[in-house]
Amino acid sequence: MDFFTYLVSGLSLGSIYAIIALGYTMVYGIAKMLNFAHGDVLMIGAYISFVFMNQLGVDPALSVLLACISCTVIGITIERIAYKPLRGANSLAVLITAIGVSYFLQNIALLVYGANPKSYKSVVSIPPLHLFNGALSISGESIVTILLCILIMIALTTFINKTKMGQAMLAVSEDRGASTLMGINVNGTIALTFAIGSFLAAIAGALLCSAYPTLTPTTGAMPGIKAFVAAVIGGIGSIPGAFIGGLILGVLENLSKAYISAQLSDAIVFSLLIIMLLIKPSGILGKTNIEKV
Amino acid sequence: MDLLQQRKKKKLSYNISIYLMIVIAYAVVMLLSSQGKISSLFQGLLVPFCTYSILAVSLNLVVGISGELSLGHAGFMCVGAFTSAIFTRYMKFLGVEGLYLFVIAIIIGAFSAGVFGLLIGIPVLRLKGDYLAIVTLAFGEIIKNIANAIYLGFDENGVHLSLKNTMDLGLSDKGFIVVKGAQGITGTPHYSSFTAGVILLLITITIILNLIESRTGRNIKALRDNRIAAESVGISAMKYKLIAFSIASAMAGVAGVLYAHNLTTLTALPKNFGYNMSITILVFVVLGGMGKIRGSIIAAVVLTLLPEMLRGLQDYRMLIYSIVLIVVMIFTSAPSIKQYVEVFKNKFPKLTRNPVLMKKTKKEGK
Repeated sequence: MDFFTYLVSGLSLGSIYAIIALGYTMVYGIAKMLNFAHGDVLMIGAYISFVFMNQLGVDPALSVLLACISCTVIGITIERIAYKPLRGANSLAVLITAIGVSYFLQNIALLVYGANPKSYKSVVSIPPLHLFNGALSISGESIVTILLCILIMIALTTFINKTKMGQAMLAVSEDRGASTLMGINVNGTIALTFAIGSFLAAIAGALLCSAYPTLTPTTGAMPGIKAFVAAVIGGIGSIPGAFIGGLILGVLENLSKAYISAQLSDAIVFSLLIIMLLIKPSGILGKTNIEKV
Repeated sequence: MDLLQQRKKKKLSYNISIYLMIVIAYAVVMLLSSQGKISSLFQGLLVPFCTYSILAVSLNLVVGISGELSLGHAGFMCVGAFTSAIFTRYMKFLGVEGLYLFVIAIIIGAFSAGVFGLLIGIPVLRLKGDYLAIVTLAFGEIIKNIANAIYLGFDENGVHLSLKNTMDLGLSDKGFIVVKGAQGITGTPHYSSFTAGVILLLITITIILNLIESRTGRNIKALRDNRIAAESVGISAMKYKLIAFSIASAMAGVAGVLYAHNLTTLTALPKNFGYNMSITILVFVVLGGMGKIRGSIIAAVVLTLLPEMLRGLQDYRMLIYSIVLIVVMIFTSAPSIKQYVEVFKNKFPKLTRNPVLMKKTKKEGK
């Protein structure tokens, strides 16, 4: 039964990765840039919900919602100030700017909240579920995380396939020039993508810190990188790909922590990325792009 | 022909200026330190200056000259640091010490990091752009993780290696544990000095400057500027990118050797060999100017010195770094700002145009 316990907590961690990976994959698909600062938006979101919940005593659900709204604003602001001027510049410049933004957010958090870890009170108050006479227990956080992740996936897929804005996003990711000609507001669409990504990042931040309750300015860095790895494994630009990649990564990480070595689990996770990129660089559900001269 | 010769002359004077800059800086520091005018704080920064300069120059070979973004440079530094420190620490245990060991350590460090660079480069360099960046980052983290988990000991039966703990090594009584997992290597001999650092830096620069101007270097630059065009005239992308990548890795390894032998304890922390370190080196390269060797050295020295000078602003240091990074990138790369620069260049051609080309056009005018 130990195996199933690890599997479920792996699925829960994987769901968090999947939610973060959505932000990466959508931004990469539409703006063609690697938003390195995504993990740090998550961290900022976690701090905001922490302040509302633990210091101001606001209801957990409401404080997560407030964090989501703040993060949306932060995400759009970052896009406007740092990334928009660089649209059309080479990808190296954009990537380094994103790294700059990531450092900026980390250091803002360091200045405001200090380096001491904060202990995050769980946003979930559901009691753990005991199955098979208590042999397998699933924590409330895991249940909420997995269900929320599935819900977000369904909502996002519906949004993209059924609404005009979602179709505009698909069009921009397909061909930016042509969608401008068709009258799509490209800048608006990209801003919307950042808004959705940052909104989801705040949710992921609250869930992550509920499951692993230490909050520091670098909390978002590692999960951010791993979520990007998940997005690449699933096929970057693909929403179901982010889901599959996230789950694979979370389960692999937890199982290798349990059965191989806690210290080497990160190395194993990153090895999976490297193996994946060597076998199928476009990821599980990604499209292969043929480079034209 | 005239144009070509002038270009060559300009290149030569640029290269000489780099050497002069380092030699003069070295002479000034040595003169001041002989008179005891250098504070102990500054004294302690001298070797890091060289370490970071070598790292920045070598990363510039990958990012600036070869045009591939690598975020795992600190990983190669880690390889060089650990392999060389294992060697010197074991020699110290055997009772052998001496500066000639440092030379051997440098060769070991450079060789092992270079081999690592080659092995990692073969799969990794098939990828491009952001993917390459993320995979090099992953490799850097893997190297750091393994360095943190490794246990290594020697006894009369040979080398013992484990990823679990010291007991698992199964050493005999005469054995000696060199690497103790997360505690790293303790008691590495202190071989690094400012003089050694400057000599290594000069060697690094000589290799890179010669490489850039050679046929190989021109091929590397051609691949950076237009991969498809370069490949179509028969330049093997894989081969030349691999050359640049593994040479840069070997140099990072040398920097690692210098780093390891400047401290008594060597541990693989996120701070020194992790992704943050790789980014710091990248910042040196970007702010110094991509492809500019002199700029990398100046940026490495100034940005290492700056936080020490601004001790009061310690908290704001990285914040200022990050803002500078964003602003520099926007001002140098944003298409809209580039347009303004073009307008400026057209309005004041005398100020901005290349002097060599100016003369040429004047002659044509006659």
